Amino acid sequence: MTHVTCRLVTIIAEPVLEDRLTRELASLGARGWTVTDSRGSGSRQLRASDEGAGIRLETIVSEAIAEQIVAHVAAHYFASYAVIAWTTSVDVVRGEKYV
Amino acid sequence: MAMDDVLRANLLSPITLAFVLGMIARLVKSEFALPKDVYAGLSIYLLFGLGLKGGVELAHADAAAIRWPALATLLLGVVTPVSAYLVLRKLGRFTIADSAGIAAHYGSVSAVTYLAATQFAKAAGAEPEGFLPTLLALLETPGITIALAIGAIGTAGPRRIGEVMHEVLTGRTMVLLAGGLCIGALSGERGWEMVGPFYESKGAIFRGALCLFLLEMGVLAGARLGDLRKVGPFLLAFGILMPVVHGALGAWLGTVAGLSVGGATVLAAMAGSASYIAAPPAVRMTLPDANPAYYLTSALAITFPFNILAGIPLYYQIARALAA
Repeated sequence: MTHVTCRLVTIIAEPVLEDRLTRELASLGARGWTVTDSRGSGSRQLRASDEGAGIRLETIVSEAIAEQIVAHVAAHYFASYAVIAWTTSVDVVRGEKYV
Repeated sequence: MAMDDVLRANLLSPITLAFVLGMIARLVKSEFALPKDVYAGLSIYLLFGLGLKGGVELAHADAAAIRWPALATLLLGVVTPVSAYLVLRKLGRFTIADSAGIAAHYGSVSAVTYLAATQFAKAAGAEPEGFLPTLLALLETPGITIALAIGAIGTAGPRRIGEVMHEVLTGRTMVLLAGGLCIGALSGERGWEMVGPFYESKGAIFRGALCLFLLEMGVLAGARLGDLRKVGPFLLAFGILMPVVHGALGAWLGTVAGLSVGGATVLAAMAGSASYIAAPPAVRMTLPDANPAYYLTSALAITFPFNILAGIPLYYQIARALAA
């Protein structure tokens, strides 16, 4: 099978941001995403939700869109919310699904 | 009953004791906590039952009897967020975002405090009016909206206010309470006969569920106690004195509007309570610069316990004095 290299963007965020973030991911060009509940602690120990509850949002996109997503998240959320984001390389089959 | 009898009766009720047990469990670092889904299920049961019964009562209540209490409630919904904001901003020197964020919690209402006040009034022999759940639904939204509007205008302009209105108006509390009110009003006494025994607020199941819910509230409040050190003496005093001022205002307006002693007690508890279900996510979305440690700790770890332990009996005494 042919593998294509894409970027996997992972965002850990406060649950209140889920709707807003997924809407924005779509408008930035992500074709799909997965959201899972998460728990944890970080530099902002106290959140507006249950103790340590968060969401983990993952999306596989092209290099260019991945950069836009991270820049967008950094510009809009890092200052005021408990949010972190990173990207990694992933090899996927059916590469046309994601880009 | 003298004040110390009223206080003792309140402190020794299973509802209050369950709350204290929850706090203790958390303080001794017990692994106990109500499973999240049970907690969510209980809150659905309580809110929906409250709405249904309130709707049935609303259907055969006299419109003239509700008019003035409803107006008094809306007035409280406007006054309490503004007064809380001004006290925090002018006296407490909090930022606009923090003041508005905390004010949104104090302008809105805590349904559990309402339920505890209702049970207290009934136990004291002062049965509140049956249409009070309608007032609870009325008080839920304006306070949050007004405080958030102040904060949004004062900080970055009214961005996302539409999104927040949607969140507040379609939240769990509004759907179950307002929806229950409609179903109760439409189906009337005959409908109530079919489902009533399950939800009866004087019944053992309802009180038992409330008891369990308060147990979990104790755990949640206990978890925030450690943050009391972070919020400072001003917020500590605010979390106790502001509810007393708002509660006294609620008791007075309720009495003037023609409510019974029980009704005025419950309205006072509503005015003196701080929301911690609907308000936190709305504030987090609109005013991200407001520090959650301030608004969550004051609403959950200061005002809620104060109202459950001492506030409600105090409002009852005020309502009695006003009626006499």
